[in-house]
Amino acid sequence: MSVNVYIPTPFRHLVGNRASVQADGATVRDVLRNLDTQFPGFNAQIVDGSGQLARHINVYVNQVEIEHLQGEATPLAAGDEVAVIPALAGGATVPLTPEMVERYSRHLIMPQVGSSGQRKIISSSVLIIGAGGLGSPVALYLALAGVGKIGIVDFDVVDRSNLQRQILHVTESIGIPKVESARQRLVSHNPNIDVVTHEEPITSENAFRIIEPYDYVVNGADNFATRYLVNDASYLLKKPLIDGSILMFDGQATTYVPGKGCYRCLYPAPPPPGMVPSCAEAGVLGAMCATIGSIQATEVLKLILGVGEPLVNRLLLYDALSLEFRVVKVRRDPSCPLCGDHPTIHELIDYEQFCGSPIPHAEAPFGG
Amino acid sequence: MTSPAVPSIQVRVTAVLQKLTGGQKAIQASGATVAAVIDDVDARHPGFKKQMYNEEGKLHRYVNIYLNDEDIRYTGGPDTPVKPGDVLDILPALAGGA
Repeated sequence: MSVNVYIPTPFRHLVGNRASVQADGATVRDVLRNLDTQFPGFNAQIVDGSGQLARHINVYVNQVEIEHLQGEATPLAAGDEVAVIPALAGGATVPLTPEMVERYSRHLIMPQVGSSGQRKIISSSVLIIGAGGLGSPVALYLALAGVGKIGIVDFDVVDRSNLQRQILHVTESIGIPKVESARQRLVSHNPNIDVVTHEEPITSENAFRIIEPYDYVVNGADNFATRYLVNDASYLLKKPLIDGSILMFDGQATTYVPGKGCYRCLYPAPPPPGMVPSCAEAGVLGAMCATIGSIQATEVLKLILGVGEPLVNRLLLYDALSLEFRVVKVRRDPSCPLCGDHPTIHELIDYEQFCGSPIPHAEAPFGG
Repeated sequence: MTSPAVPSIQVRVTAVLQKLTGGQKAIQASGATVAAVIDDVDARHPGFKKQMYNEEGKLHRYVNIYLNDEDIRYTGGPDTPVKPGDVLDILPALAGGA
């Protein structure tokens, strides 16, 4: 029986650098022996000391793991596809199907990611506040990367004026809830992920319930009251918060990790209502959303993988007009009422009162 | 005529404040301290100082000022001394995310 065998990148050097080869055999065991005959040394990569298939090697027949079939005795038919996939790094119970190995190949071949890193990405969950200008690129890039669970909070519907910059939505989505439009687009890019929609405003009453199940929180909110709310809730729940903001031609980004400062350390008090315009009032260059949004997505991935230096205690300033990136230092303020040495805030407050203005509702869309 | 003892420093503002500086992102100013520099900018661009300070004469808490990338809150506030070549960044909070 002649079958196709998919060879993952780590083993391709054994088979003349090919992604797939033909092999003969009536069962999986026969095919593996045949591979070793064709490519001496192949078996040594996949068997353990007792000659059995090593525990870190998964074999799939037509995308089904042989553990769910008849193991190495699984019979084969002509033209079947057999895939031999190594599972690297201990504790990995997340299977990487052949589809994923191909989809994420550009991650898998990087030493800083590899299959163990990809598994971390798949096992993580990220909540994105707002499916608008910033939320869109962040959600998109995290979905493409394979983040296993992406939650999106937005109670607004898609509006034509959103389409200038909110890349998750298209003309056909006008009028449908943003979270639903987001979910459709994200799974069409990557069906392997789970998208959880929260079609509700985030408030002091529901913030803990919404945020708790996630590992990371990304801020794509468009008003101060929500920023303070999300900051406080994330800190109190000990979740890292990846913050970003944009207006006109300027952008800012930083990463808050509990214990190393928070939004209140940077901005202890909000501006009086009307002092700082919203995007709806002052405008924003659409493409800027991608710049700050992709920085936020990259920060999330760096935290998941544990690589590089996150923007902790650093505020990135982006000036699109002069095309300058600068970084200023931010610190934990010892007198911060939330995360300082003597905190006075232990629960969520009335943020609209704190900011002196109501959180924009459907008439002035959440999406800005 | 500028006294040689008074440094000339660069003051940079974000887009929202540029309407007060004649549309310029960066302007040159003089002063021995951060407060003096802001006074100097205000003399040439009236209304500027009002954006930084409240009625009690204290810096607004939603505006951050960085001297050479360090938050002046931790270096002595408006009385922080400045020297030739220093760069002052004035950053009000941005909320836009959508």
